Amino acid sequence: MFRSSLGKISGFVVFLVLCSSVAYGEYGDVVLNKRSEAEGVRPVVFPHWFHRIRFRCKVCHTELGFEMRAGANDVTMQQIINGEFCGACHNGVIAWPTENCELCHSGKPGTKSGIYGGHETLGPGKW
Amino acid sequence: MKKNNAMTGRLKIHLMFGLILVVSTSVTGADDPNTFNRLMDPPSKRNPSPMTDGIHDPNNNGTQLLQPPKEAFQQLPKGKSGNYIDWMKALQDKKINPRNDRVDTKSQPIIMDLNIVREVKGSMPDVVYPHKQHTEWLDCANCHPAIFIPQKGANQISMASILLGEKCGVCHGKVAFPVSECRRCHSKPKPTKTANKKNKSDKQAK
Repeated sequence: MFRSSLGKISGFVVFLVLCSSVAYGEYGDVVLNKRSEAEGVRPVVFPHWFHRIRFRCKVCHTELGFEMRAGANDVTMQQIINGEFCGACHNGVIAWPTENCELCHSGKPGTKSGIYGGHETLGPGKW
Repeated sequence: MKKNNAMTGRLKIHLMFGLILVVSTSVTGADDPNTFNRLMDPPSKRNPSPMTDGIHDPNNNGTQLLQPPKEAFQQLPKGKSGNYIDWMKALQDKKINPRNDRVDTKSQPIIMDLNIVREVKGSMPDVVYPHKQHTEWLDCANCHPAIFIPQKGANQISMASILLGEKCGVCHGKVAFPVSECRRCHSKPKPTKTANKKNKSDKQAK
């Protein structure tokens, strides 16, 4: 009895926490879901903050060929495995290799592509 | 035995009410419609961990292995908005040492120290654009010529276009500090009318 009521309460608390968690990511987080869910995996969440501590913007946005516009990059898993885009570092040498699917493909199912955690400047400038 | 059972029963009820009270007060506290800064994230909701940020899947095994931003930000200078980190200060104070090259740790950026002053039409102070801070992070080709034509007078910029994610808004408002920090760009006060008058009267006196 005691356990079941505790269970109910903790369930209720979890439910409330889930309901109240409408905050959308850290500033600069990018969700990539152009192909992911269609291919049966979770969307990718790319955290800018984590990467800018380690690299200057130009490393990815010049050397690796990532466009500056959210949504302008059409990256496939095959390209990454071949060492392009994310795969230039995510190769087991500089960063974790592509075998760790769940670390990048960690997005909540149904989350749309785009930049999250921002200051409401998400207009039609997403191309 | 029976007495014991009744006691634990009462204890259970008390505990339940206590928990419900705590939960309900915390909920009403968060949802109070008449608070100050109703639309702003309270400090407790800033830099959320991947498990609670609403875009990561908490049921994914990998999510809990990801570093929470707060952990990484502990030693970095605080900012007013965005990641609530002053990234420029972090770089200048060498709190972070981001690579300039994917593999070469000794590569240094080519810094261009050139300020561009843009006189603005409204009453806001003029904009001073510093190439120095931008070339710390970026290559010329990141902005020129696709976003900004490298020619004086060739770029029409408005706050509206920035807010829609164009021009400065390609980065500012998404990863770089947002437009809410007006004075970081609008930093050069215009000569005021009274100042002009004073200058004139000074000249006349001479």
